[in-house]
Amino acid sequence: MTVDSQQLAPAPAAGAVTTGGGRRDRQRLPRAKRATSLTPISGLGLGIALTWFSLLVLIPLTAVLVQASMGGWSAYWDALTSPQTLAALKLTVGQAVLVTAVNIVMGTVIAWVLVRDQFAGKQLLEVVIDIPFALPTIVAGLVLLSLYGPSSPLGVNWANTRVAVFLAFLFVTLPFIVRTVQPVLLELEQEVEEAAASLGASRLTTFRLVILPSLAPAIASGAALSFCRAISEYGSLVLLSGNLPYSTEVASVRIMSSIEGDHLTEAAAVASILLVVALIVIITLDLISRRVARYA
Amino acid sequence: MPDTAAHRAITWALRLIVIGYLSFLVIWLVALVAAKTFAGGLAPVINALRQPEVIFAFELTLSAAFWAVVINTIFGVGISLLLVRYTFPGRRALNAMVDLPLSISPVVVGLALVLVYSGRTGWLGQSLEQAGFQVIYAPPGIILATAFVSLPLVIREVVPVLTEIGTEQEQAARSLGASSLQTFGRITLPAIRWGLLYGVVLSLARSLGEFGAVKIVSGGVAMRTQTATLLVEERYQQFGLQNSITAYTAAFILALIAVLALIIITSLRPGKGASQ
Amino acid sequence: MSLRKVVRVRALAALIAAAATVLLTGCVGGAATAPDDAGTTTLHLVGYAVPKEANNAIQKKFAETTEGKDVTWEESYGASGDQSRAVLNGLKADYVNFSLEGDVTRLVKAGLVDQSWNSGLTKGIVSDSAVVIVVQKGNPLGIRDWSDLTKPGVKIVTPNPASSGSARWNILAAYQQVIANGGTEAEAQAYLTKFFNHVAALPGSGRDATNAFLQGSANVLISYENEAILARQSGEDFDYILPDATLKIENPGAVLKDANPKAKVYLDFVLSPAGQEEFVKKGFRPVIPDTPIGEVAGANDPTKPFPVPSRLFTISELGGWDAVNAKFFDEGGLVPDIQKATGRSQ
Repeated sequence: MTVDSQQLAPAPAAGAVTTGGGRRDRQRLPRAKRATSLTPISGLGLGIALTWFSLLVLIPLTAVLVQASMGGWSAYWDALTSPQTLAALKLTVGQAVLVTAVNIVMGTVIAWVLVRDQFAGKQLLEVVIDIPFALPTIVAGLVLLSLYGPSSPLGVNWANTRVAVFLAFLFVTLPFIVRTVQPVLLELEQEVEEAAASLGASRLTTFRLVILPSLAPAIASGAALSFCRAISEYGSLVLLSGNLPYSTEVASVRIMSSIEGDHLTEAAAVASILLVVALIVIITLDLISRRVARYA
Repeated sequence: MPDTAAHRAITWALRLIVIGYLSFLVIWLVALVAAKTFAGGLAPVINALRQPEVIFAFELTLSAAFWAVVINTIFGVGISLLLVRYTFPGRRALNAMVDLPLSISPVVVGLALVLVYSGRTGWLGQSLEQAGFQVIYAPPGIILATAFVSLPLVIREVVPVLTEIGTEQEQAARSLGASSLQTFGRITLPAIRWGLLYGVVLSLARSLGEFGAVKIVSGGVAMRTQTATLLVEERYQQFGLQNSITAYTAAFILALIAVLALIIITSLRPGKGASQ
Repeated sequence: MSLRKVVRVRALAALIAAAATVLLTGCVGGAATAPDDAGTTTLHLVGYAVPKEANNAIQKKFAETTEGKDVTWEESYGASGDQSRAVLNGLKADYVNFSLEGDVTRLVKAGLVDQSWNSGLTKGIVSDSAVVIVVQKGNPLGIRDWSDLTKPGVKIVTPNPASSGSARWNILAAYQQVIANGGTEAEAQAYLTKFFNHVAALPGSGRDATNAFLQGSANVLISYENEAILARQSGEDFDYILPDATLKIENPGAVLKDANPKAKVYLDFVLSPAGQEEFVKKGFRPVIPDTPIGEVAGANDPTKPFPVPSRLFTISELGGWDAVNAKFFDEGGLVPDIQKATGRSQ
């Protein structure tokens, strides 16, 4: 690698999620001096790209926000605070927080084992971890129903309960923290840990005071992504959760019912909450990765 | 690190926890898809694969995914180049917004597209409908929804590679008289090919599996706008063993493609940390 | 490049080329509408979830007639209310078969269906049925009538009234049977509240509810008689009870204003003895008096599949759909209130 490329080398950043063992960290964009300003051709390219992006993403999302405000503030507030919607939002956010907490622990442990441990079949686990990312959600829902529903071989029946929601969330958010923590662990220099050990620190202390702080930004960004993914989940819950209003109905199912009932304004109102949360998460991610890079 | 017994015990404990957790959560699940598909033997599966609705659903899914991936690849590479090689006001904002589709619920995606492209009430859809071009409840809507949800995947793989490889080779080529197109074709494209391929396969896997957004924009009409994932849901809701097996067969094929895509991606990695 | 890499690249290239070929042919063939060859007509049927098999059987018989020979079908089935709204929003339809008259009226109001759609002999209705109580095989809970549904341990599944036509029939039956048996409106309301307290799941459509029951999510299903019969025909094993006091279900079918003329021919066929016979075979009660009723597999008594309940009531006795919707289902009606009350108490 040349000097220039090293300048661009990524800080062990709070990178975004990629699959496949974290080979590619999402890196900050290069500093301005590495880039040139727009030429006429690239300017045209930018224009075309922005038009496409607007037509596909920006305009539709704006339409949601506009639709949500169609009835004015009072209608928006009514739609949001209707007991059924509130219950759905509470359930969704509550289970998403629980799942994220579990993922923080398990995701870090899995990343640790993948990076620091060597055993036969480890490569297989790399593929397994990415399956929830690539598997269609309806397939996941189908099988979750067989595994944990009324005809479960386990003898449990969680089909119309919050446990079903929890399990579905847990499945689809599995890869996120693992994939953000893995590249950071890879880049971590073991000399610091060895120095701490030689100074008499126990492994636990080393982990707590040396490793964990370095991992914290990665875990945080992975947790944010995992939370976002959980509150968005739909396909795996369609068959599984019974969709009892006030009890097992999640936000996305609520939105779908509203759409099918042609109550587009109510649907857009709930959707706008999910959008706002997503935006906050993305902005936070960008800030975190910028802040960590400054320390590198 | 001293290889004490305690150290080894912890290592083993962690290893078992991880394997156990992943087995419980993922491996068992995927194995069950296969088990349920072939629960009635091979004959119902073959019957399922012969049904015209099943064949059509997969053709539609594959072609919608194909077009979505093509669109996202072309624009993805373009946007990646713009983000990495140039500077312009709003560059950072665009970089952040490109990630939006990954954090948005598919139901919201469907709603958003319907609001804009619906033939009766859509912002743009009404004029499109009058021009004879139906988006919602027709295949173009499916392509749009699929392109939306997989939009960031190519960009996120290409941007890091472009950043890593730097501009020296491109500048050298340019100083030797190569045109922009030649530089792109001979220098840039080969340099990013692995990252690009990685992103394309990932996009394809994601596009094939889209359910929620497609359910809203397509209407699920069999033999016209019913994709493989919608077929799984529909067949699952119908009576009888053959319908159940058909649902699982379609699910099995989708799962198989997803796992194959992941295996391709994993084997594409040239090695931990090193780049091409 | 190493040899291994060369092999990998070539393999991938071949895979991609093959995939691209498949996709492009699929693209051309699959996504486009089937071209109308000389003489072939494509009709679009949008229906509620439950009569898919019946309509398919009728379509087969229709194809044996001279008029129906070259007709191909594109169909969509789902919850009645949702389907009606989809047609309103642009889902292509020539013939619609919904669970509730209101789902057709919605299209009339939007100018998609002619106002005279229900002026015919059968008032626009193409099939009848009745609300039944479905229980597990052997009836382990000993359910005999509506009053048994509020016993402890009973978990009911019925569809969501917001989306499903079946749900509305079910709820009205549960309410009105109290009055048909001599009770007061207040008693009927109290019963309905207890009923909702026992509801374990509210899936989107009648078919979804049947599946939820079959998977074991509940031990009692409220459904159409024809749905119970059809499920038993397909090998599902359970019992169903036709209560003495229950609601007569009447499902409409209509042709859209700008539909292909063949759609009207199909509707006439549906209302003919030949079409009605196919409905009967799938467990529906016919609307034409002289329909041959043979043995209906899956019914409680296949030789006498459609007994007439002693206290059968109809929607018109309840005041018609407009009055019923206002009283029960619209915003501020009985059902949303009960749902809120029982929801909060869970």
